[in-house]
Amino acid sequence: MPLSRLSSPFLSGTNRVTLHMLQLLLALVPAVIAIVYFFGPSVLITMTLAIVVALLAEALMLKLRHRPLKPFLTDGSAVVTAVLLAIALPPLAPWWLTVIGVIFAIVFAKHLYGGLGYNPFNPAMVAYVLLLVSFPLEMTTWLPVASLSEQPLDLVSAFNVIFNGQLANGLGFDTISGATPLDAMKTQIGLLQHPSYISEQPLFGFFAGKGWEWINIWLALGGAYLIYRRVISWHIPVAMLLGLGSISLITWLIAPETTASPLFHLLSGGTMLGAFFIATDPVTAATTIKGRIVFGAGVGLLTYIIRVWGGYPDGVAFAVLLMNMLVPLIDYYTQPRVYGGQK
Amino acid sequence: MSTPLGKFPGGLVLDGQKKRSTHDAIRKTPLSKKLILPLQQHIGEASTPIVAVGDNVLKGQRIAKAEGHVSVCLHAPSSGTITAIDEQPIPHPSGLSALCISLETDGEDRWIEHEEIADFTRLSEHDIRQKIREAGIVGLGGAGFPSFIKLNPGVHHHVETLIINGVECEPYITCDDMIMRERAEGILDGIEIMQYALRVNHCVIAIEDNKPEAISAMELALGRRHSLKDTRIVVIPTRYPTGSEKQLIQVVTGKQVPSHGLPIDIGIVCHNVGTSYAIGRAIKHGEPLISRIVTVTGTDVKHAGNFETLFGTPMHELLSFCDTHREPNEPFILGGPMMGYNLSGDHLPVTKTANCILVGVDNAAPKTEPLPCIRCGECATACPVSLLPQQLYWFSRSKDLEKTREYNLFDCIECGCCSYVCPSKIPLVHYFRFAKTETMNHELETQKADNARIRHENRLERHESEKKEKEERQRQRKLALAATKAAKEKEAAKKAAESSTDNQEN
Repeated sequence: MPLSRLSSPFLSGTNRVTLHMLQLLLALVPAVIAIVYFFGPSVLITMTLAIVVALLAEALMLKLRHRPLKPFLTDGSAVVTAVLLAIALPPLAPWWLTVIGVIFAIVFAKHLYGGLGYNPFNPAMVAYVLLLVSFPLEMTTWLPVASLSEQPLDLVSAFNVIFNGQLANGLGFDTISGATPLDAMKTQIGLLQHPSYISEQPLFGFFAGKGWEWINIWLALGGAYLIYRRVISWHIPVAMLLGLGSISLITWLIAPETTASPLFHLLSGGTMLGAFFIATDPVTAATTIKGRIVFGAGVGLLTYIIRVWGGYPDGVAFAVLLMNMLVPLIDYYTQPRVYGGQK
Repeated sequence: MSTPLGKFPGGLVLDGQKKRSTHDAIRKTPLSKKLILPLQQHIGEASTPIVAVGDNVLKGQRIAKAEGHVSVCLHAPSSGTITAIDEQPIPHPSGLSALCISLETDGEDRWIEHEEIADFTRLSEHDIRQKIREAGIVGLGGAGFPSFIKLNPGVHHHVETLIINGVECEPYITCDDMIMRERAEGILDGIEIMQYALRVNHCVIAIEDNKPEAISAMELALGRRHSLKDTRIVVIPTRYPTGSEKQLIQVVTGKQVPSHGLPIDIGIVCHNVGTSYAIGRAIKHGEPLISRIVTVTGTDVKHAGNFETLFGTPMHELLSFCDTHREPNEPFILGGPMMGYNLSGDHLPVTKTANCILVGVDNAAPKTEPLPCIRCGECATACPVSLLPQQLYWFSRSKDLEKTREYNLFDCIECGCCSYVCPSKIPLVHYFRFAKTETMNHELETQKADNARIRHENRLERHESEKKEKEERQRQRKLALAATKAAKEKEAAKKAAESSTDNQEN
């Protein structure tokens, strides 16, 4: 092969940005199947919509910024942002919610900062938080798992709900929706119910929310695959899970009658999505080894604090964004000791 | 192995591609009609010619002498006539020209008289170093640092371990592998001499485990050599860049060379196997360094192999000898694919540091524009020096030289691991070289500015003192004038008084 570089090294490994992104999407497949199984096929509609809008927004921004289309449309980053946001949104999120979220993620959170590699905040989480703050009702009305619902949704009725806000039989979508297990747990603990009593309710499964626990387990397995394929390193997910696990264990040991178990926290809400797919976003996470551990642990602790003592049902998105802010500081203070340098 | 091997962070497992060039024994490159010998084939001061155009020289005759401390001599690789001493293109990444001696060979290849020394211990350490310097020996691993300097620990250092580097971690290159297979005895000769010069017994020969033939050849020779009791062969795992001096020391001893320091600071001296062989030839057989083993290999080379080549041999002769398919002016690599540099002209001469000529590589870096850095940190994971290449990249790109220093840019060994693993295909090392050069230029300018400032201040001071002196002189003169005036007045007054008294008397 002819040489293309001006200077050494003239060899290059097989590592590619696009390959990273494709592996990430591949690792999400089992969890998406689980979501479809538990909450119906609506997530597929939201996801398709999100991907299309993301690619259009990306193309538009690239055009406006006079950047080449092909390398950046095919790098897969816009698709990953869209898919992650689609998974984080409620199953029957109205179409405009998805569209606003994706456009905000790509245009504001990504391209206004300089596009791929330059955004300080995770675009999917910025969009998620924007939507949560602006449309709290739509963002917190969740479907119960299919087995609990009287009439599980098929693709057509899901389509109707997303685009018309109505079920096929003309009933409003609020007739079938409800709170998430995380939300239910928090509200009822606030009403002085005992956590062990709360988790007896049909909304809950073996360890955490019914369905949710399996989705989280599949996400964790997908994450393990990413670590195995060296797409992500273990430091951030392990530190985050340990951070979240240890603080919830401590509070649970101190006050078991007012706190949920560590296992509940680990397998609820966006824990595993956050640990393996969101907090590990290389662009916005810490980059040194020590820094990644600090970053991950911080996300874990903040997630718990926001979940339990904050005003929102889940804290992963806020925790990630808050830690994103600290990344330059963390990186600066966690530089490794260079060969031959002072101990 | 008694002591456990140390490990360095990062590094790469690369496809060695060594078998391409190891199936044939070392062959001799045919004598070229014309040899071009750059006066600087080593780190340090260029040597000074001691021959004139028209002189007839013999093989091994000294044609240029060492100039200054960090320098070595240069010898005629074959017998013939000096035809020119002028600027010629030399193998250099920027295509520079430099002063070269051109030698037209007469085909007789007649040696100058040279002395064989059976027992080198009758020479002093100093004499040995001097002979090695006069033999023109430099580090043959690629850097070309004069070897005699590394054999002089000085009075403040004590050498504990001599490490002989037979690692050869770069893909494709096999010249050290082949020299160990075929000339193990000669390498051991060199080790004996170096041990004597350094007054050290403990010696480690480090070889990567992808060279089983070399390991067994060296082991066989070492088993027969009873004088080298405290020398052992250490087989180390194949991992790039173990062959780099600092990383090798870490692997063999577990110690780290202090930043901005030298191996001798921790009692270690490292020499390449090829250098060791050359030292053996120089001391025992009196032969100066006039040739080296060059690996010619690559995907476009039909008969790849290793060739004992006289310095000054034009590369195109070597390439056509190996049946290379190469477009005219198609760039090729001098050195390895990870740290070598590319040349496009093939009429350049083989020099002391030319270990490999590489034409065509598999898995070449793609031509596509690099994507932006996604901060994945793979580069930091791969860095054997524990740098943060990504941060260095930002600072180099923005020319924030201060910051690149703070992030230890000058500890970068330019091994290329970071560029290799980068998913965005950013030529990171290219940026680091740029930042290093910029920093050095900047320092040079600061130095110049400082010098100018000091000169200016000195000048002002001089003027000031001159002015003061002048004033002082003027003052003195005035004083003197005043004094003489006063004296005169006094005299006049006296005279007047005298005259008045005279008058009175009268």
